[in-house]
Amino acid sequence: MTELIVKNGFVYDPLNRIDGERMDICIRDGKIVKSVKDKAKVVDASGMVVMPGGVDIHSHIAGGEVDTGRLLRPEDHVKDVEVKTAVTRSGVGFSIPSTFTTGYRYSKMGYTTVMNPSMAPLQARHTHEELSDTPMIDKGTYPLLGDWWISLEHIRDGLLEENAAHIAWMLKATRGYAIKIVNPGGLEAWGFGRNVHSLDDQVPNFGITPREIIRGLCKVNTMLNLPHTIHLHTNNLGQPGNYVTALESMKCVEDLARKDKPVLHITHIQFCAFKGEDWGRLKSGAEEIANYVNNHSHVTLDMGQVVFSDTTTMTADGPFQFGLYHLTGNKWVNHDVETETSGGIVPFTYKRSSAVHATQWSIALEIMLLVKDPWKVFMTTDHPNAGPFFYYPKIFAWYISKKAREDMLKKINKRARKRSLLPTIDRELSLYELAIVTRAGQAKALGLKDKGHLGVGADADIAVYNINPERADPAKKFVSARKAFDRAAYTIKDGEVVVKDGKIVKQVFGKTYWVDVECARNHCRTTRARADAKIKKKFKDYWTVEYENYPIREGFLHSSAPVAVKAEI
Amino acid sequence: MKVITGVTCPVCGTFCDDLEIVLDDKNKIIEARNACAMGAAKFLNYSTHRTKTPLIRKNGELVEATMDEAIEKAAQILVDAHYPILYGWSNTCCEAQRVGVELVEEVGGVMDNTATVCHGPSILGVQAAGIPSATLGQMRHRADLIIYWASNPWDAHPRHPERYSMFSDGRFEKSSWIKYLSKLRGEMSKKKIQRASNLVLKKDFCFAPCHEEGLPCSMYTKNRRTIVVDVRKTRSADAADCFLQVEPGKDYELLQALRVLVNDGELDVDEVAGIPVETLEDLADVLIGCKLGILFFGLGLTMTKGKHRNIDAAINLTRDLNNRTKFLIMPMRGHYNVTGVNIVTTWQTGYPFAVDLSNGYPRYNPGETSAVDILCRDESDAMMVIASDPVAHFPRAASKNIAKHPLIAIDPEVTPTTMLADVILPPAFVGIEAEGTAYRMDHVPLPLKKVVEPPEGFISDQEILRRILQKVRELKKRDMD
Repeated sequence: MTELIVKNGFVYDPLNRIDGERMDICIRDGKIVKSVKDKAKVVDASGMVVMPGGVDIHSHIAGGEVDTGRLLRPEDHVKDVEVKTAVTRSGVGFSIPSTFTTGYRYSKMGYTTVMNPSMAPLQARHTHEELSDTPMIDKGTYPLLGDWWISLEHIRDGLLEENAAHIAWMLKATRGYAIKIVNPGGLEAWGFGRNVHSLDDQVPNFGITPREIIRGLCKVNTMLNLPHTIHLHTNNLGQPGNYVTALESMKCVEDLARKDKPVLHITHIQFCAFKGEDWGRLKSGAEEIANYVNNHSHVTLDMGQVVFSDTTTMTADGPFQFGLYHLTGNKWVNHDVETETSGGIVPFTYKRSSAVHATQWSIALEIMLLVKDPWKVFMTTDHPNAGPFFYYPKIFAWYISKKAREDMLKKINKRARKRSLLPTIDRELSLYELAIVTRAGQAKALGLKDKGHLGVGADADIAVYNINPERADPAKKFVSARKAFDRAAYTIKDGEVVVKDGKIVKQVFGKTYWVDVECARNHCRTTRARADAKIKKKFKDYWTVEYENYPIREGFLHSSAPVAVKAEI
Repeated sequence: MKVITGVTCPVCGTFCDDLEIVLDDKNKIIEARNACAMGAAKFLNYSTHRTKTPLIRKNGELVEATMDEAIEKAAQILVDAHYPILYGWSNTCCEAQRVGVELVEEVGGVMDNTATVCHGPSILGVQAAGIPSATLGQMRHRADLIIYWASNPWDAHPRHPERYSMFSDGRFEKSSWIKYLSKLRGEMSKKKIQRASNLVLKKDFCFAPCHEEGLPCSMYTKNRRTIVVDVRKTRSADAADCFLQVEPGKDYELLQALRVLVNDGELDVDEVAGIPVETLEDLADVLIGCKLGILFFGLGLTMTKGKHRNIDAAINLTRDLNNRTKFLIMPMRGHYNVTGVNIVTTWQTGYPFAVDLSNGYPRYNPGETSAVDILCRDESDAMMVIASDPVAHFPRAASKNIAKHPLIAIDPEVTPTTMLADVILPPAFVGIEAEGTAYRMDHVPLPLKKVVEPPEGFISDQEILRRILQKVRELKKRDMD
């Protein structure tokens, strides 16, 4: 029995409504408990902020797409190396770090759970192999299902219960956590080099529209009672004027909302909030998006905050990535996956001097600050698409300090500065709100009941930061606040101190969460058996691998953590 | 008798996973259904000439040893070395490769794999230009134009055409198998008529070519069409609709010429690489006019004059074609799990091959940190070879220097490399006697099955490497104390 007590820190635990109260957190055997004996090991958090470990709902850290990106860019690694130590493996960093470095760098910032948002089901085994080699954090991954032939056919034919059964099979086969949808319909069109441009475009060869795909999968998600909502990368990503598509995507599932629970999560909303007819007249659509979200409760968003840096874009949105290759002339990887999805990688640099990039930078901040309820908006950079994740502390500073934003505003393109709403926004997030948008809210949206909070029964994933809110106002002293978030005083994972003063002191390997859907009724069991038989028959026609070689054994995961879920059908 | 289905073949990058291995009552493999000649040969004969025990060289002779003795000797060699190369990796599974990187890091050596003498230039090409590609099912479902350039699947990837390209059936495109049979029948008839008329008319008779120049008529049909570009007419070329013979060493010019044409430019010469420009103009039209084209390429591009520049040109041609239609490109990876070791090494170190970990962090500079180059400069002082046979394939100057220094070999068979080794550790055959994960040429990961038990005392590559790593750590600690 290992006992630990984090003593006397300023605790921010929004899920339990604790706002900077000085209190002790007690840990036993990796879980938070009410009290411990005097012999417990002490972590002295006096004068420091204590928060749940960071939770990242969307960060590309593992899998085929990420690894091809790593291979593509030796120039990205050569400037940023990690030397082997007695405790840690060597590696390389910058925008696409090697797996060990990824885990270490997240942990040094006090992060303890990261979700890999994009996984081609056929290559799921690869994602899990890499996640097994990513230390320090708990993880999960979302299979791409928005253009999956079997799903498209069922939605087209109105067979939603059958589709639900197939998706339950797919989530188990790939050990996935949520339904990921990217440019619905567009990826199938990209199989022949085409795309879709509106929610009501017909997907070639399938007689279905993106609207039907989103609605169909939203209903399936509710039928299966999955812990997270559908996770949507909208159509028309990165196109001037696309804020209209984002609004339409949110509207198209309004009627499917149940009570006040979200039914849709739109990811990296920044890339979908462009107003204007072309790049020359690009403006921010943040106000319209924020207004909608302020008046509806069925949607959550993560930001995709731009950081001015060299980075690498990688998404399943093949046609979008092709467009980016045209825009930049950079090297371009395309990887379409049979029957399922697509993908592309293009290196990219965000410059302060560019009116477009600077506007993009402003958009995500505007949305974060204009949406009143912090439980609806989450901090991400869609790593590495809008910026490498190690820039998170810089973003925290922009959230909590108007002065930090002003400092950056002074340096950006003049036209973008004039258009930006930021000078008119005084709001500064409190540490409580920061804890929501970087951990509590993300954990809640994911349905991870033991994460993102410090109540009794939670996993003992804790971050201690050297910020004293009584001595210095973080809004004014944002530089030292940023440094504190950069190098956690302590990171505790499953009740063990793994980081001290920003250095890894112990290497641990976390768990991989996935959803194990159980049937509530006999009717569902029959449907599932039928679905399994149907997939088996269709397998040879659809894929180039054998049915028995597709699903991943649970033992393949380094440490499997199934989340049992009872379907409503 | 037992039949094990869904077995992944452990031979080439085609990774057929539909093999059915038949075992007799004594659990010996007696048949490998669906396998090509290479796959069948491996499953039926893998054990015939294998090394039966670990061996250590004493007084110039290889003598039997226990696994523990061999591991101790191997670990000692690695610990004593200043700049060891740990090379090969392609004939084993990802689980072993993962331990391998950790071992190389622990001993401060160089991690290199067979891509260094194979598709390394392809990787360099990708690092320069990217790569528009897909998984093989996309070709099966959608490709109506297939090009094998400097690649001879008939010999090297026998089931590739029937599983993924010209002889496969997809959702949107059907197999051109019947077209090929008709072509064969037509040619056989032609030969018969020619022979008969020569006998009767007592003079040489030849059919006039059905087209003066340019591409064969079948290139303009709607169904799947195949082009083979090679320096010689191979069996793959016989099966194709169109064969273009390129002058040796001139692939680069040909690729760039096609780029000019595809981008609406004009060529001022009459021929390029031995092919008339009119034919190339027709070819450019065919390339642009297809629904989805795929360019499979092999060692004829990576290991001839130009090397990675050839690949660069091929990738750029594919990129240019994407402005007009949908076009993809894929290297025909051959050596079992070489794709896997590139993938594993990249995720653990950031780089796919030729990774120098001697300074405690990954460094990558092919030409400086690649095995052949290090060996030719005689800069390494020990080598561990696993799951490959460099002495059979490397330039003689490099192999000479392999022989100069201590050599560890982890290989189940007797090879030129093992014959030079100071320690031989024979493992179980992964994919037959041990499980694992491996990657197909298009980066799709597949499970390797254990079909039979290994002989008594034989352990997997993974286990051998783990024990060597453990011993290395013990020896290093002992040295420090």
